[in-house]
Amino acid sequence: MPELSFASYPDLREQLLSKQTTCEAVTAAYLARIQSKKHLNAFITVFAEKALVRAKELDAKLASGKTIGKLFGLPIAIKDVIAIKDERLTCGSKILSNFTSVYDATVITRLVAEDAIILGKTNMDEFAMGSSNENSFFGAVKNPLDETRVPGGSSGGSAVAVAADCAMVSLGTDTGGSVRQPASFCGVVGVKPTYGRVSRYGLVAFASSFDQIGVFAKNAGDAALVLQVIAGEDKCDSTSSDKPVGDYAAASIDLSNLRVGVPKEFFTDALAPDIAAAVNTKLEFLKSRGATLVPVSLPHSEHALAVYYILAPAEASANLARFDGARYGYRAADVKDLTDMYVRSRSEGFGAEVKRRIMLGTYVLSSGYYDAYYRKAQQVRRLVREDYLKAFEQVDVIAGPTSPIAPFKLGEKVDDPLAMYLADIYTVPINLAGVPAISVPAGVDKQGLPVGLQLIGNLFDESRLFAVAKILEQSEMK
Amino acid sequence: MAVTKQDVDYIAVLARLAFTDAEKEKLTDEMNSVLGYMEKLNSLDTTGIEPLSNMNDRTNVFRPDEIIPSISNSDALRNAPDKQDRFFKVPKVIEQK
Repeated sequence: MPELSFASYPDLREQLLSKQTTCEAVTAAYLARIQSKKHLNAFITVFAEKALVRAKELDAKLASGKTIGKLFGLPIAIKDVIAIKDERLTCGSKILSNFTSVYDATVITRLVAEDAIILGKTNMDEFAMGSSNENSFFGAVKNPLDETRVPGGSSGGSAVAVAADCAMVSLGTDTGGSVRQPASFCGVVGVKPTYGRVSRYGLVAFASSFDQIGVFAKNAGDAALVLQVIAGEDKCDSTSSDKPVGDYAAASIDLSNLRVGVPKEFFTDALAPDIAAAVNTKLEFLKSRGATLVPVSLPHSEHALAVYYILAPAEASANLARFDGARYGYRAADVKDLTDMYVRSRSEGFGAEVKRRIMLGTYVLSSGYYDAYYRKAQQVRRLVREDYLKAFEQVDVIAGPTSPIAPFKLGEKVDDPLAMYLADIYTVPINLAGVPAISVPAGVDKQGLPVGLQLIGNLFDESRLFAVAKILEQSEMK
Repeated sequence: MAVTKQDVDYIAVLARLAFTDAEKEKLTDEMNSVLGYMEKLNSLDTTGIEPLSNMNDRTNVFRPDEIIPSISNSDALRNAPDKQDRFFKVPKVIEQK
């Protein structure tokens, strides 16, 4: 069995094409790894047989001399909020624990068309609501770098799958930081594209004006390869953008032409000093290589979290109204009448955090509070977005920390929702603005826990983010 | 604008959720803590600011009016908790007198 020490997907591809290894051998090795890391609880469903059948088909395809796809043999894991036909789709929830998808999400169709191999579905906070992956019906996920700590959330399983070498890349979703924050906590790369860059068809909706599918990988180049396959217009999602998709993997940049915005609002008392120091080391590295650091201001940053925790629960309360026990999902036993069926199916099927957010969302949308909360929040959302668009008139990228804190202990914040929400202060504004961002490893804090640097780009400027991320990786290797 | 236990009762009815008394008490506190945090938005003057709801520059995305296959009846019923013939089955809605 091959060692799972491929430097990158191009390295694996080279070994496959030169017949040093096979898709079957590589897939078997990853499946064995998933088995040996089972205690991390990163996966909800593993496609043990199906992945091997697929690998053999791909080996035969290569042998036959047919043209192979851009992601030929790439072992990938998928967050269990994305539909794969004939497979279970749970969203980490009891209410969907027996649900089977009847179609493929667009991202799945595109990955399969380019010959990727799907290994399984990863664990997550229920309906992508959470920052620690402790809200899953299928149990908490452990951080492989310190198993007493959380991996971040909500795409915790996808981050762990990559960090623990159970998959080469994975897909997650990012509504308020759910790709970037777990990437930061697990020491891997995580990218959230521009809103509209990737189709949401087949993604179970949490907050539709925020949700974007993103990618986890060990390096920026692999994330770029996968993003350029899944990105692009989709007739099945009218919010997907028709702008052309760049060649992200080939992106490069001359740092002497790069202006890096450093927002003062991201470097306050809320930020742990050792995390600030790690991030500053990276900024100094960029400067030493020719980049210009420019102080910028995003004055409405302090309001972003409040806006997010009004709008996202409001959208969630509407999106999750479909779970009524009538057409699919869990139905409570021995119900008296229709209303009883709705109430008991939902109350027994949803977990505590999901119910809390449905309640908050219903409250802010209810008569008498709509203007004070929902409309007000939508107004401030515009101000936050304008902060970013204005800053990008002066700078090419914005850089700062991904998370104000290091990965915390399992159980540490479960009883304090507001403290948990505060873990998202640097990631949430990006979803309010709809711009793209990538979290890349930036060394460790004083306890040796991973720190993430967040690079934020202008709308549809993913190429530049990948180019800068690749240069930062060179500094990690030294 | 403090949330009371009565508010929680009312919102729970709207959201079709049921809670025990202990859960309601906890939820009241949690909602007050989170909504209290949101009060800071009131310090901003947003007079004349257009609410942002559409995150995309595309509006009215049209497609040709063509008949294309969608999921079959059997697929639609595949995850039904209860079904009969070609239909979802739910508790009786209309009372018989």
